[in-house]
Amino acid sequence: MEDIEHIEKQMKLIRADGRRLDGRKPDELRPVRIEAGVLRRADGSAYIEWGGNKVLAAVYGPREAHPRHLQDPARALVQCRYNMAPFSVSDRKRPGPDRRSVEISKVISEAFSAVVFREQFPRTSVDIFIEVLQADAGTRCAGLTAASVALADAGVPMRDLVASCASGKIDGVVCLDLNKEEDNFGDADCPLAIVPRTGEIVLLQMDGHLTLDEFEKAMELSIGATHRLYEMQRDALRRRYSTTLEDILKEPPPLPAPPAPEFEPPPPPPEDDFGPEGI
Amino acid sequence: MESSGSLRPIVIPGEAVGGPGLKPGPGTYIEGGQVFAAQLGIRNEHDGLVSVIPLNGRYIPQRGDAVIGEVVDLGPSHWLVDINSPYPAPLHATESPWRVEFGDTSRYLKVGDVIMGHVLSVDEIKRVQLTMQEREARRLNGGIVMEISPTKVPRVIGKQGSMISLLTELTGCHIYVGQNGRIWLDGEDRDTAVAASAIRLIEERAQSYGLTEAVRELIERERRSTTGPRPA
Repeated sequence: MEDIEHIEKQMKLIRADGRRLDGRKPDELRPVRIEAGVLRRADGSAYIEWGGNKVLAAVYGPREAHPRHLQDPARALVQCRYNMAPFSVSDRKRPGPDRRSVEISKVISEAFSAVVFREQFPRTSVDIFIEVLQADAGTRCAGLTAASVALADAGVPMRDLVASCASGKIDGVVCLDLNKEEDNFGDADCPLAIVPRTGEIVLLQMDGHLTLDEFEKAMELSIGATHRLYEMQRDALRRRYSTTLEDILKEPPPLPAPPAPEFEPPPPPPEDDFGPEGI
Repeated sequence: MESSGSLRPIVIPGEAVGGPGLKPGPGTYIEGGQVFAAQLGIRNEHDGLVSVIPLNGRYIPQRGDAVIGEVVDLGPSHWLVDINSPYPAPLHATESPWRVEFGDTSRYLKVGDVIMGHVLSVDEIKRVQLTMQEREARRLNGGIVMEISPTKVPRVIGKQGSMISLLTELTGCHIYVGQNGRIWLDGEDRDTAVAASAIRLIEERAQSYGLTEAVRELIERERRSTTGPRPA
């Protein structure tokens, strides 16, 4: 990995043909792949690959809220933990929560609080875990998108899925879904999460500066992208249940087991667990 | 309806499941006259009531539910029972089938004991109380307890208990199904094993048609393969 500290700060991010360094058009998303139901022990889970991002999300609950004093007698808590693996970035990240991940956890749990029917489960908590395995800018959007699939997979009642995407400004051009280089050397980054059915905004942040016109252009790009992501989320959920079922149903019935042998030779005596020398 | 193998389409939270004039049932919500799915599941319409049968989710106790629980704590006049839900469920000594002296709860049920009981009441903040006053309520001795997703319980029971009576009939096991997704099986080892694999099959294929036939086939196949000489 090159030492990014010594790269010239004025990096050219838009090529002469108007495309970005990775060949994308300004309004193009990175390739996204979502899979639901990847973890066995969690009530619901999802995995997303979004460009260079690889993020796992797990959902537990509704379950008894601990510690007890956090319990709300009228509604469920939605708790979130966003965490980056030490190996998710090129310079090893010191493990554990830091200022950034505490903030992201907070904004994500607030985004989901807006869609989950919390009144149906008083005194409980719905716990969302987002683990970033590989980061390439836009991890909070990737995490949110995956966590929303995991919540639906867990059977948590909610108004709608939440879809999220960022847009920003690089070399003075408003672009969708910045990657690592564009985020580091660009002018602004603006993550957004919406409830696609109603268009309600549940998360909106901005790092850097945008004029009002640029901001409106960025929102237009992000909102368009979240609707595409919403379709991918729905597709992942449909696939999760139809493929498992189709696989089961396609599988030919196992052949009838051969008749049990009349006589089975006794099994050889178990070998001595210890070697010839013993322990 | 009985075309074996076809699937019921699933709905996703936020998906419209019914227009104006329909009433929202469990697993749905209404907004601006339209009914939307609140959970991932199968759409069901009956008498103008739209509901979504969830594919996954936790058990939320309701009054009258038969549940299988494990005693996790003792008090001087009650037991605390884990009923596989987000809420702890106390069983008061007066709701037990025994005459319990104050402070003498451990003589009747100990931590780790498994009981079959009913939900006596659930209040608006979901405080649950159990009772063992019903006829079939008892402490469960022997047998095994298996856990399935609570959303699949209706399929294991079947229409008017058809599936459960099929299982009992073909395997000869005693079977109790709790609404909380716990199932108690008692019988000979090989019979309980066959019943357990049949229940797993029901859980996996809960949404497919022709389930009863598939279960009957599986049990008969398993039984044929295990009717060799009995192990010594």
